[in-house]
Amino acid sequence: MSTDNNKKEPLFSPKNIKLLTSPVNMNNPITVQVLGICSALAVTVKLKPAFVMAVSVIAVVALSNLVVSLLRNTIPNRIRIIVQLTIIALLVILVDQVLKAFVYDVSKQLSVFVGLIITNCIVMGRLEAFAMANKPWQSFLDGIGNGAGYAIILIIVAFFRELLGSGTLWGYQVVPDAFIELGYRHNGMMILPPMALIVIGVIIWVQRSRNKDLIEQ
Amino acid sequence: MQDLINIFVKSIFIDNMIFAYFLGMCSYLAVSKTVKTSMGLGIAVVFVMVITVPVDYLIDNYLLKPGALSWLGAEYATLDLSFLSFIMFIAVIAAMVQLVEMVVEKFSPSLYSALGIFLPLIAVNCAILGGSLFMQEREYQSIGEATAFAAGSGVGWLLAIVGIAAIREKIRYSNVPAPLRGLGITFIITGLMAIAFMSFMGIKL
Repeated sequence: MSTDNNKKEPLFSPKNIKLLTSPVNMNNPITVQVLGICSALAVTVKLKPAFVMAVSVIAVVALSNLVVSLLRNTIPNRIRIIVQLTIIALLVILVDQVLKAFVYDVSKQLSVFVGLIITNCIVMGRLEAFAMANKPWQSFLDGIGNGAGYAIILIIVAFFRELLGSGTLWGYQVVPDAFIELGYRHNGMMILPPMALIVIGVIIWVQRSRNKDLIEQ
Repeated sequence: MQDLINIFVKSIFIDNMIFAYFLGMCSYLAVSKTVKTSMGLGIAVVFVMVITVPVDYLIDNYLLKPGALSWLGAEYATLDLSFLSFIMFIAVIAAMVQLVEMVVEKFSPSLYSALGIFLPLIAVNCAILGGSLFMQEREYQSIGEATAFAAGSGVGWLLAIVGIAAIREKIRYSNVPAPLRGLGITFIITGLMAIAFMSFMGIKL
């Protein structure tokens, strides 16, 4: 039944593009859907681990969406949670092994948080809400879009925390020495965990004051 | 014994699951609207945590670690199955949650109805899997230490969610700027609570 639809619909039809872009802003998984904050914030002290984490999450969300969507008609409804968890755990093990092989130092910094992608609510949430009911290509795009929405927040938070907390970006110093001689001091508070929460609170504030529709009553 | 108390207190206050590691944030934000329900979820988390972490400890030490299989015979001593730990831990957690749900339903219907929907939700609570993974990473020496850590982390999580629920009940009557209402202000309050909890960091244990 779906093959005819597939032929008529180009790969990047406006609807599919929307799947890709809406989670980045209006339907952001972190600030609007409130999913997946769990494993994210502890890795945002520096830009580099945050970036690696973001890429891993995009890979896991997109691929698990794709696999579950391919299998959606064969998974019995009653045991779907455990099937989904197994698929996610499998993909996360793959990601973990790849990170250990190619970027060992970052993988050490991320420590348990790579494993925690398994219970990241974004992955489960998108599988339940989208992949179980949609075709593979759309599910794949949805996964990429939601992963990217997550990645953007992660990178914004990491950008401010690294810039203000240690005066570097990606490990390179950006605050000139002259500033420091003049009495500029790094804000040590930004490196500590509580500031990640406050930075997210401020991002939500900015986003909601620009989009009045998102304001909660 | 003193070691166990140290680990317990340390994992409640210093290494608090929410304020230091942000684990279990999803349910923390979603279920913290009233004190009563957050109490129910908190107790369920402590309950499941105290059961799953020691079980995962045994699995890690007798099945997965490099050399853990040596009790089977000398030729198994070189095996390293630790790459399987994610899938084993999540399977244990899902199975345990299911088991706990059945046992509680059979023997204590009143507790079962009090916990209600929260029990199945716990399977995907990051704090539980995080507990097992931290247990593995920090290499606790005995099952007693692992249990003390699990109990402490669970109680710490309970404290955090009940605290934020109490504040959210009060803040309903305050005049919060419209774009901050709901999610935004909850994040900022959690941040402030985390700053308060950081004052425990100076304690030497």
